[in-house]
Amino acid sequence: MAATTQTPEVATATPPRRRLASIRRGQTIAPLIFIAAAVVLFALFFVWPGALGLWYSFTDYRGVGDPEFIGIENYAALLQDATFYSVLGRTAFYTLLSVPLHFVISLGIAVLVTTRNAKGKVPARVVFFMPWLISPIVNGVIWRWLFGENFGFVNYLLSLVGVDAVPWQTDANLSLAVVLFASSWGGTAFNMLLFMAALKNIPRSYLEAAEIDGATGWQRFRHITLPLLAPTSFLVVLLTTIGSMKEFAMIQALNGGGPGTENMLMVQYIYRTGFERSEIGYASAASMVLMVILIVVAVIQLRFDKGSDQS
Amino acid sequence: MMTKLRSYGPATLLLWVLVLIYLFPVAWFILSSFKPGSELFSLPLSILPENWTFSGYITAWNRFNFAQYFFNTGLVAVVTTVLTVFVSAMTGYALAKYKAKWLSIFFICILATTMLPTEVIMPSTFVVIRDLGLYNQLAGIIVPSIITATGIFMFRQYFKTVPDELLEAARIDGVGEIRAFFSIMLPLAKPIAVTLAIFSFQWRWNDYIWPLLVLNDPNRYTLQLALRSIVGADNIDWSVLLSASVISLIPMVILFFVFQKQIMNADMNSGLKD
Repeated sequence: MAATTQTPEVATATPPRRRLASIRRGQTIAPLIFIAAAVVLFALFFVWPGALGLWYSFTDYRGVGDPEFIGIENYAALLQDATFYSVLGRTAFYTLLSVPLHFVISLGIAVLVTTRNAKGKVPARVVFFMPWLISPIVNGVIWRWLFGENFGFVNYLLSLVGVDAVPWQTDANLSLAVVLFASSWGGTAFNMLLFMAALKNIPRSYLEAAEIDGATGWQRFRHITLPLLAPTSFLVVLLTTIGSMKEFAMIQALNGGGPGTENMLMVQYIYRTGFERSEIGYASAASMVLMVILIVVAVIQLRFDKGSDQS
Repeated sequence: MMTKLRSYGPATLLLWVLVLIYLFPVAWFILSSFKPGSELFSLPLSILPENWTFSGYITAWNRFNFAQYFFNTGLVAVVTTVLTVFVSAMTGYALAKYKAKWLSIFFICILATTMLPTEVIMPSTFVVIRDLGLYNQLAGIIVPSIITATGIFMFRQYFKTVPDELLEAARIDGVGEIRAFFSIMLPLAKPIAVTLAIFSFQWRWNDYIWPLLVLNDPNRYTLQLALRSIVGADNIDWSVLLSASVISLIPMVILFFVFQKQIMNADMNSGLKD
């Protein structure tokens, strides 16, 4: 639109037609050149593996030879697989616990490091940011070291107050709890950064007006800050959900999904069946199930987001 | 004075209690790495090492080919980051400044990749990498990691804020589309490029799953794979593992202190996580 209104001016300034035509042509070819690399990569590493995975999920492919079509046998086997159910349940349970935990902790900390009422916020920010520097593998190592059953610091502290050693490694629920601590600790920095940026954008005048009207700190937070943070909150919930459902590296180093395989989550299960047992067809079927779950979760959350926009 | 104390008191106290909780795991882990092996498990545990020693570090450095791991990881992180910034900038720019139906469709596809992380299609992605001849190559980690929805989104949002008049003026002056991007638009987006570069470097430095799938030869291992191989041993040598883990953090700590301002002020709300 803007281009057509400007045409007369251009026409008087320069020999028109041909240059305009070449500018227009440039505007169709240039974006193609700009996105070419991304399109190729997208096709190679999303479309192709996605389609291939769907095809493999209907075959008995084991990584060598030719895949043979076996219909829905893999899916039928998955439905019978007790391990798969336990993995799915554990992943869902873990996600349900970790999303609210991540949310509350990172929002709380973001509020604390941006509030006027606290001192020493700059060094505090650096400390809260540290886990961002630490890789999931090292994160796992740190928490394994802290929560060792015989040698860990936590059990040592407990022994000082006369509590018996807690089986952080051998009790399935307790080792999942350690995974929760570790992932909340490791995930705080990024979410805190998102919340900090959003908090900075809240107009101070809103909060001051409410304060003059006699609103308490909690009321101000509940009725002004929280609603204004909605888009960021949505992003944090979505990203944490996806992140929790594909947690892998940190658990590998922390307890390997132990004790035994009781805390094995989805990605680890897919890795085991696909690469350690090289049942690529079966692992692909499990991947497809995880993919469908992720899509459903994302769509539901997007609906919620739309709903909050309209209200 | 009293009112001041009352208003600062509770929030400050809570903040610093949390700081101590967050600090402790790292402090305990780093301090332990300076303890001699005999002191690691001897009760009563003490926070500060009684006899400071670098022996864990010396053993770790000698036993593992750290120079090689640093080189491999650094090469992957740097090359991927440079390519990520360029590809994201070009794609984001095209999505912000040109209008066409297929561009909108491609944008939706890119957004969808954030909901369908590649981890869920690992087995078939592995086959693709193998068929492309990238198995056991560092390029096998680099190439699939270049495209990130976050990066594309960050640049798209940024270029949307750049006035169209600037581009139109360039066109009227006879500047071609490609040159307009490289000589006018890309320099404008430098702050975004720096932010994305920092984040991309961190993602790649700490990446585990791609290297795990793609690399087989221990000489090509990245740091995270090497660390994990120590953790996976039957009998963990904790003094070596703790020291090796601390060594692996050094580049990230340097990165953080150099770019502290950019990291802390990064407004990632306009982007999405990798």
